[in-house]
Amino acid sequence: MSNATHTKDDVAAAPETEDAAPRTSVGEHLRRRVQAQALQIVLVWLVICAIFSTLAPTAFLDVTNFRNIAVSVAILAVLGVGTTFIIVTGGIDLSMGSILVFSGVVSSLTMERLGDGQGWGVALVGILVALGCGLAWGLVNGFFVAKAKVPPMIVTLGTFGAALGLAQVFTGGIDRRAVPDVLVNTVGFGQVAGVPILVLVAALVVVLGIVLLRRTKFGLHTSAVGSNPEACRRVGINVDRQLIRVYAFAGLLAGLAGILNLTFFRSTTIAGHSLTNLDVIAGVVIGGTSLFGGIGTVFGTVVGLLIPATLRNGFVILGVAPYWQQVVVGAFLVGAVYFDQVRRASATRGRPRSSLFSRIFTHHRKDS
Amino acid sequence: MSTDAIYEARGIVRRFGAVQALDGADFDVRPGEVSALIGDNGAGKSTLVRILSGADAPDGGTISFQGRELTLTSPTDARDLGIETVFQDLALANHLDPIQNMYLGRELMRPGLLGRLGFMQRAEMRRRGAEAFDSLGATVRDYEGAVSGMSGGQRQAIAVARAATWADKVIFLDEPTAALGVVQTKGVLDLIRRIRDQGLGVVYISHSMPEVLEVSDRVHVMRQGRRVAVYDAKSSSVEELVGAMTGALETREAS
Repeated sequence: MSNATHTKDDVAAAPETEDAAPRTSVGEHLRRRVQAQALQIVLVWLVICAIFSTLAPTAFLDVTNFRNIAVSVAILAVLGVGTTFIIVTGGIDLSMGSILVFSGVVSSLTMERLGDGQGWGVALVGILVALGCGLAWGLVNGFFVAKAKVPPMIVTLGTFGAALGLAQVFTGGIDRRAVPDVLVNTVGFGQVAGVPILVLVAALVVVLGIVLLRRTKFGLHTSAVGSNPEACRRVGINVDRQLIRVYAFAGLLAGLAGILNLTFFRSTTIAGHSLTNLDVIAGVVIGGTSLFGGIGTVFGTVVGLLIPATLRNGFVILGVAPYWQQVVVGAFLVGAVYFDQVRRASATRGRPRSSLFSRIFTHHRKDS
Repeated sequence: MSTDAIYEARGIVRRFGAVQALDGADFDVRPGEVSALIGDNGAGKSTLVRILSGADAPDGGTISFQGRELTLTSPTDARDLGIETVFQDLALANHLDPIQNMYLGRELMRPGLLGRLGFMQRAEMRRRGAEAFDSLGATVRDYEGAVSGMSGGQRQAIAVARAATWADKVIFLDEPTAALGVVQTKGVLDLIRRIRDQGLGVVYISHSMPEVLEVSDRVHVMRQGRRVAVYDAKSSSVEELVGAMTGALETREAS
């Protein structure tokens, strides 16, 4: 009788009082669902592709077209990797578009000063300068977030304005076009086996980001800091240093994106990146990374960036006003955060609650 | 059971502004023994534990570990000595799984270049971590799920087992059963006994007198920033403990 009066929760919680019968626990559900969100997003993207393919079989379903989509996502993906890390720490980055522009401007000006060199020597200097600029801005962000305890949104809003403003000061607001031909011909427009080098570089960064976040101590501590900074301090993790490293890493990638952007557009595109931060954050969030920190995947971010790009591409092909893309992406963004909230609510409530969304896709989920 | 204290505090003083949190408090921990620390709210239990775990510095008094006087400047100092603490808020990283929590900050790195690049021995940590949980009887049913999805009892068991795994000498548990149901509490108390049986000194803070009498060997009573009595749990009673806590009874020191 006494046994029968135990509630399910009590039995589940009591160490030792239950045999070790394997049963899918709540935690396991949560983990599966987190990983499933990236897969769900892939399915959403595939559905979008399927719809466009049906409506415009020849124009959309074409290797060249997919190459275009990949190229349009490449630079955002490089930024998205760094932003994913930042959002996993529970922070936010609004500055990466400006850091990209700043890095491109300083790099272009430097290469200009070095003379009209079109060779690899000048190119290498330009690359290093861009990376250095990005890293420096990232360190500035990280320092103010970690040491000065200024909220990340304010810090990066400040550097968003400052980096863009300085880029305009250096150039008088007029775009620079100095890029060595060797860079334009390779990174800008070169291809390897039909794949643009720009896309290859982005893919390399993405793979690096996935491995770094999921397999290394750096990634683990990034999640841990976003999950519970106090717990990290108690076990002796230097939380401030970890935050600075994460922001520096994101800055470095923004610098890389700066040189990629410069070589692809052959211009510093000073006015072209005022909304890049919102595009990237939207991609990261649609990809299942939680704005509250602790959870996130780089893979999800890439898919989250592919969806807006694919919509834009498909709408253009179909002759739909491309402005609709903004409307649809906006809806996706709100939907993604809604599902994140549902997920968190079910996690703190201690039992998985299947949403309509997860029920629809349950049988497609795989444990990856 | 040895009766020599492994960790000892004498005359600890701690003031917060005008508030005298500790007013010459004594305390001692013996290996292989559960020392309960009880007292009314504001008696100084938590302050004492924070000082003994390195999270706070005393204004006066001495702390000695294995007979040697020392000064702790951070929780890391205490951990290096084999002293672990489980605070009430557990301090688990919610999005990580039990094994990742156990090894958080103490990751086993791969040898050589891969380790330098930050790659961990994940399989080895899983194996050793699961062994450690099992050996303490902390039945973790799911080593791969985030701890945020687990019940209060499971989370408490994970936090206690983590501390017990890394503690060689002393483990402080600040009200580990406060938020738990009856069955969950029994599980944690069993876990405490097993930790004691491994030879560690366990310090157990609780407001529940029956639990204190059930699990502990000695009961230290604090009142107004001092230890006012030490009782042998086997020969004490709830009435006696409450009397000492409130100051209604004459207090005495047990052996």
